[in-house]
Amino acid sequence: MGPKGATRIDPRLALALAAAKGSGVAIRALGKGGGTAAPGLIADRIDPQLLAKITARLPLGSVVVAGTNGKTTTSRMIADVLEAQGWRVAHNRSGSNLVRGVASALAEQSSVLGTPRAEIGVIESDEAALPEIVRQVRPRVLVLNNLFRDQLDRYGELASIATKWRAALAMMDADTTLVVNGDDPTLAELATHAPGRVAMFGMTDRNPRHLLTALPHAVDATTCRACGAPLAYDALYSAHLGAWRCPACGKARPVLDYEGRELTLHGVEAAEVLVHRTAPADDLRISLQIPGMYNAYNALAATAATSELGIDGAVITGALASFRSAFGRIERVEIEGRTLVLALVKNPVGFNETLRMLSGNGEDLSTPTMIAINDRFADGRDVSWLWDVDFELLANGQAPLFTTGVRGADMANRLKYAGIAVERIHPLPEAPDAAITAFVAALPTGATGYVLPTYTAMLDLREALTSRGAVESFWRQ
Amino acid sequence: MHLTICWLYPTSMNIYGDRGNVLALERRAQWRGIDVTTIGAGIGEPLPEDVDLFFIGGGQDGEQVAVAHDLQGAKSEAIRRAVDDGAVLLAICGGYQLLGHEYRPHDAAPLPGIGLVDLVTVAGPERFIGNVVVESEFGTLVGFENHSGLTTLGPGVKPLGTVSVGRGNNGIDGFEGVRHRNVVGCYLHGSLLPKNPVLADWLITKALERRYGAVTLAPLDDAFEHEAHASATARAVATR
Repeated sequence: MGPKGATRIDPRLALALAAAKGSGVAIRALGKGGGTAAPGLIADRIDPQLLAKITARLPLGSVVVAGTNGKTTTSRMIADVLEAQGWRVAHNRSGSNLVRGVASALAEQSSVLGTPRAEIGVIESDEAALPEIVRQVRPRVLVLNNLFRDQLDRYGELASIATKWRAALAMMDADTTLVVNGDDPTLAELATHAPGRVAMFGMTDRNPRHLLTALPHAVDATTCRACGAPLAYDALYSAHLGAWRCPACGKARPVLDYEGRELTLHGVEAAEVLVHRTAPADDLRISLQIPGMYNAYNALAATAATSELGIDGAVITGALASFRSAFGRIERVEIEGRTLVLALVKNPVGFNETLRMLSGNGEDLSTPTMIAINDRFADGRDVSWLWDVDFELLANGQAPLFTTGVRGADMANRLKYAGIAVERIHPLPEAPDAAITAFVAALPTGATGYVLPTYTAMLDLREALTSRGAVESFWRQ
Repeated sequence: MHLTICWLYPTSMNIYGDRGNVLALERRAQWRGIDVTTIGAGIGEPLPEDVDLFFIGGGQDGEQVAVAHDLQGAKSEAIRRAVDDGAVLLAICGGYQLLGHEYRPHDAAPLPGIGLVDLVTVAGPERFIGNVVVESEFGTLVGFENHSGLTTLGPGVKPLGTVSVGRGNNGIDGFEGVRHRNVVGCYLHGSLLPKNPVLADWLITKALERRYGAVTLAPLDDAFEHEAHASATARAVATR
């Protein structure tokens, strides 16, 4: 591997790049999706070290972001901050986050000889792909957001992902900074194996309206990583994230370098968090135009990562204030005089957070809501996870609930067993076109409806909406 | 009438939405005016008295080892006595494996089961992952399997049914699960009971009959359950 920034002619790399670029354009021209993964496959056959070679030529290095939830949003936030700083950023922005997808995205943003047009890389990594991405990219900053139960048929147990991440940490260079969520007990333990600097972030706001009173059903890591005793929480913010401690051995959440102090959540509209930085001992008031506790965590991670890169506080707050959400995370769509608010749901923890946000922490859900559940590979083929989501939160509300998707019938049945009156549950046809038509017809003119789809259900619904001129294709963002 | 459910290891053995099975038992009893008490019994905690119905789900490998050791001795004796006396037991996935003599991993000492049923599980070379359809005495059952353990029933031991879609106990003999007294063990997640209400009602009936004599449960409107069952079965046929 050559020195950073140097450009030497590498025939294998050049051929791989030509393949990546050529087929990327060709696939998009054929209208088959965004063309984000297939060119990477071809390029990978020609030069398996493509990603390592391109990222080695980034003069300011790379930031890698991993986590079960929030990695797309967090990496986009980081990229926006770095661009606001005036740096050119190479980024797998479409969310294609396996090794080949990352290589493909970065190849597109490089010259035919493999010189990136950017100065710094921001790379979102799939959980299972993290060791290989760390091995090739040698990141300057690695951000670990959280580790939740997700798609067990694809990823296996939580413990096996934690083992993979430990392997990734073992491959890090001593000058890599690990930015890690100290509120996650599993990650706090993993961080003790990091060879270099560790920067911890977490929440310290104690406003009772932001706290959970009990661990949700979807939670895995509630025992002490050191001694096995059940953990206690002085404050629990989301899933198993919080100010944790072990009553048996005394281990506790580490001292935080970036504290989320004052949190304000404005429904489905916005959120604010005051981030205290221990060095240089100042406070950044972060105002987000995206909602929810989980986005406050994402902003905290992005603030920590960019602070570690030496970015000025004013640049961080400015870029985050104008940040817009990533594909499907929260989007508004106008259709036939109604407003649809779309929010992607992909695992129990994310689903619980969305339900908390929509229902005002379980007080009431008053907006008609359609839930679309598919069981294709990208969704997770096993729909058992729906039984770990706390739909019981919706039992107090009055809003009608609509179900659709390949496994819409499972979803309707789940709502029934959550104690929701069957009169409120309206199964719609499985086909996305028919479901959208029926849901829009059920909304009065001028009204808002929430739409909560799994990943491929989101793609299906977007296509149905696009055909009516309601939304743009996501890879054009 | 009153039904006491003991949920064995509710935090350790609850990886694939197994809570749905407990919810289905509770709701379907309550909808018929039956009082339900559910008591969790975790590692190091004593078993409650007078249990009508035990439930144990599946867990991560590490958790399953801890649970296997916790079950040894007095706890497995108490469960055996209750089952011999007619108590009902539903065991899913890892919990199902623990009903047998032992689980033999690739590279570690065998993990002892409670020996309640004559079956043995051996770590296999591949993971069976996908939708499953089983023909059983309770009609067609549908669920999702995700296991690498290969379970073989002893001579004369009755399976829960035969697989028409999916791999089942071991991918060879075509059997899925086990039936023994009022015990049902199987690999089916889904959760199993909410979309297989016939089995859920059979478990509730058997649990009540031990205490109250012959019981006939009032019929329920199961339109949502039947729709979930039908669409999952169609999906299973289409995907495997």
